[in-house]
Amino acid sequence: MIEKKVIRELTAIVGAGNVFTDKADLVTYSYDAAVLAPVAPGVVARPVAPEMLGRIAALCNENGLPLTARGAGTNLSGGTIPEPDGVVVLTNGLNKILEINAADMYARVQPGVVTAKLAAAVAARGLFYPPDPGSQAVSTLGGNVAENAGGLRGLKYGVTRDYVMGLEFYDAPGNLVKTGSRTVKCVTGYNLTGLMVGSEGTLGVISEIILKLIPPPADRRAMIAVFNRMDDASRAVSAIIADRVVPATLEFMDNFTIRAVEAYSHAGLPEDAAALLLIEVDGHPAQVAEDAEKVEAICRKHGAAGIRVAADDAERDRVWEARRSALSALAKLRPTLVLEDATVPRSRIPDMVRELEAIAKKHDLSIGTFGHAGDGNLHPTILTDKRDAKEWRRVERAISDIFDAALSMGGTLSGEHGIGTAKSGFMERETGPGALVFSRRLKSAVDPKNILNPSKIIGRAEASLDFKSGDLKSGDFKSGDLKSGEPESGKPESGAAGAGV
Amino acid sequence: MSDMKRLALMLKELEEQLTVCMKCGMCQSVCPLFEETGREADVARGKLALLDGLGREMFDDPAGVAERLNRCLLCGSCAANCPSGVRVLDIFIKARAILAGYMGLSPIKRAALRGMLAHPERFDRLVAWGSRFQKYFTRPVNDLVGTSCARFVSPLIGGRHFRPIAETPFHERTPALDTAAGASGLRVAFYVGCLLDKIFPEIAEDVVAVLNHHGVGIYMPEGQACCGIPALSSGDLKTFGALTRRNLERFDPGDFDYLVTACATCTSTIKEMWPLMAGRCGVDKVDGVDKADGVDGVDGGKISAIAAKAMDINQFLVSKLGVGAAPESSAGAAVVTYHDPCHLKKSLKVVAEPRIVIRANPECRLVEMPQSDWCCGLGGSFNLQYYQTSAAIGRRKRDNIRAVDPAVVATGCPACMLQISDALSRAGDRVAVRHPVQLYARTLRA
Ligand SMILES: Cc1cc2nc3c(=O)[nH]c(=O)nc-3n(C[C@H](O)[C@H](O)[C@H](O)COP(=O)(O)OP(=O)(O)OC[C@H]3O[C@@H](n4cnc5c(N)ncnc54)[C@H](O)[C@@H]3O)c2cc1C
Ligand code: SF4
Ligand code: SF4
Repeated sequence: MIEKKVIRELTAIVGAGNVFTDKADLVTYSYDAAVLAPVAPGVVARPVAPEMLGRIAALCNENGLPLTARGAGTNLSGGTIPEPDGVVVLTNGLNKILEINAADMYARVQPGVVTAKLAAAVAARGLFYPPDPGSQAVSTLGGNVAENAGGLRGLKYGVTRDYVMGLEFYDAPGNLVKTGSRTVKCVTGYNLTGLMVGSEGTLGVISEIILKLIPPPADRRAMIAVFNRMDDASRAVSAIIADRVVPATLEFMDNFTIRAVEAYSHAGLPEDAAALLLIEVDGHPAQVAEDAEKVEAICRKHGAAGIRVAADDAERDRVWEARRSALSALAKLRPTLVLEDATVPRSRIPDMVRELEAIAKKHDLSIGTFGHAGDGNLHPTILTDKRDAKEWRRVERAISDIFDAALSMGGTLSGEHGIGTAKSGFMERETGPGALVFSRRLKSAVDPKNILNPSKIIGRAEASLDFKSGDLKSGDFKSGDLKSGEPESGKPESGAAGAGV
Repeated sequence: MSDMKRLALMLKELEEQLTVCMKCGMCQSVCPLFEETGREADVARGKLALLDGLGREMFDDPAGVAERLNRCLLCGSCAANCPSGVRVLDIFIKARAILAGYMGLSPIKRAALRGMLAHPERFDRLVAWGSRFQKYFTRPVNDLVGTSCARFVSPLIGGRHFRPIAETPFHERTPALDTAAGASGLRVAFYVGCLLDKIFPEIAEDVVAVLNHHGVGIYMPEGQACCGIPALSSGDLKTFGALTRRNLERFDPGDFDYLVTACATCTSTIKEMWPLMAGRCGVDKVDGVDKADGVDGVDGGKISAIAAKAMDINQFLVSKLGVGAAPESSAGAAVVTYHDPCHLKKSLKVVAEPRIVIRANPECRLVEMPQSDWCCGLGGSFNLQYYQTSAAIGRRKRDNIRAVDPAVVATGCPACMLQISDALSRAGDRVAVRHPVQLYARTLRA
């Protein structure tokens, strides 16, 4: 239970209509899009002015209350699942686009602005904000920054990180911290902006973001290439990039996904194809024409059984509609969908796809794989039913195997979905203990009471631990969850563990 | 068995559908209510999580869940856009019935639904009484939109600008029809619906005129009852059952080729909700609970036959009678914009037909408003309970209508017409609100 006094102070900060304490409201802030057990917070506050964020942080810090910032709650790693009796701070009341500066090509926004709304407002001014996570219709820019969200255009245009020029955030005691600037160049002080990107609400609460904008490409062309062998598709991907063509988008779908999409949308996809590549090149019209020809030739040379270039916008839309419906199509097959994002260097995609097929077979699971072939970011999607405890244990083992496979190929646990609690137990496998200990020291220095989204990313380290010892044995942090290789158990509903998505 | 256990057992039948929700949150982008409030309890994901939590006995507050479940327009925008295909409306409707069965109806709802709506003759008399006296309480405010407002402060009317009750309801003007198929070779049942009968009889007259013009035989029995949606959305299966039974007595699917309505809400209720609820709700399977009788005892085959034949009038005109757009609109044509009723677009996927019917009149130039399928915010009893929020959603619609500066806004649902009239009238806009069939009927008179 949170003390009445704290609720009163919270109410004084954000106003009566913006504090929720009814159990039936708290339950609706107990989850995100990860397949993990829900945890209801003690209170939810919805600030409507940025400085309220600082006052809430200070209040939580004084009272030792865990604070979890929440944007749209669409992250796939448990980042917004609060502590019991914690405080959830909603950012969707802070949804103003403060400035779109066409001359200096930046936008200044509050953290609760929805990604697609900014993209549309920017486009209306003749500019372009490229990061386009699949959730952009609802995700917030604060959430994008805190997760370093990617998207379909990552290969050519990069990810959220590449567009964050500066930030304002409140630290745990509630001080306002400004970092970065509106200028292209800025070396004033530590790169705190970089530190905050992907910090999942564990280091500060972001209150304002300065985002880089670029001119939109003048032209673009989309195409679908059909391959009868996975290896051919993958070699085509490497060849395209080796030939100095960087498509804006270079997406891949395996046979399982192709069949699911076809059954769902009857888009006319070849159901017997081993793989599809969905490619878009953009830029100056002359360059687009040249690149498109090159890509087509490369695909043919690498054994594409067919290639279809979109003749107009309507056909282009159909190409991307097919890609966008991949998740929906797979989601409809079984009750639970576990969307992974292990990422490998792009040359290893055929190995990884083979490995995923072996893992599916080994654990007797259905796994459809699609994703961003251009940057090696695959989305192996496990279709299951979390209520089936036996099958769920197989799912957990498969997830662990997927991570091992990606790491053995020089890849990473998570290309874009973040660590949260879902993958915190696996962190050490990738980074070794050094990065983890460093991160925990950092965290305890800036957030000594460990109030900011505790347990996310670095596990459940106790705030009072003595970090001065300099000992690099991770066991020192008595987090309990760092028994190397053991995922943190999330105690989900059906006895399922927390290695969700 | 503890009360919570019993409730959990009743909610069990929803579990299979509830697990389909993957909590992706994509419904936030289309929920008109969430767009206004930003509250998770207002969006489908939040409501589904509440039902799930209640079903798993994670917490004990059925009244809190019922309250939040009722804060919903039942517009189906979430269901239509859900990547996982969650049948959100089916779940909400069933859950409302289960919770109302568990907790009982509020006295006001009980009086309105069981005391009035369930008895069509009594309902008609009350409305007739209201029509006679409304002039003493209300005054016209906007002649073009056709709205009135309260003469003095009235808690019931509040600041609303409403379309007054017709002086003579349609069923008094034309009590019944039974004509044979003409040139078209088709014969339809005309299900009028409460709003056409009592507030917009002129639309019902235009429907009859259009059908006559095309040589369509009409079967329109006396004493039609409400389609039941007000009862169903309040979870009152007893009244819903009584109304459905009465309508089934009057309409025999063997008598006609199609059952047409000019009300998107009626069509979607008959087409989707009747069969859904004929398939039982499970409420009476649990011991000791108020055995809401729902539509038990009615002929499920008859319901599915009628549901299969139910069709929106616009869709009927275009797909069965071949009504097409005029080659081009005339020089001085009026700008007409179209609002997609949720029950037409999202439930029945009827999108192109009403636009074709509008364009069949060369005096109309159709100009699309932004976000034409964003809900108008009425949501039936939602408007009565949460007028401020409903009006805020209505204002958004009004702004989108004004963005194309039309002379007329057309829409295929009389309920939307009420809400849009209120929003336009309160903003002082001079835009006429019409049903597409009214625009089409004008070409026949010309
Ligand atoms: C259907 C679907 C598709 C997706 N597609 C993609 C994709 O293509 N690429 C991709 O990268 N991700 C994708 N995601 C994951 C997710 O949408 C992204 O991680 C997104 O950035 C989360 O934004 P949000 O507003 O929902 O943040 P939330 O989920 O609310 O929060 C995410 C994290 O950010 C923290 N946070 C939020 N706001 C603040 C703030 N103001 N200050 C500090 N911390 C904050 C939270 O505490 C939490 O740790 C997808 C998810 C879904 C459901
Ligand atoms: S869009 Fe569908 S699956 Fe996603 S949260 Fe909403 S109801 Fe659930
Ligand atoms: S039915 Fe409409 S109002 Fe209700 S949750 Fe779905 S989108 Fe929101």
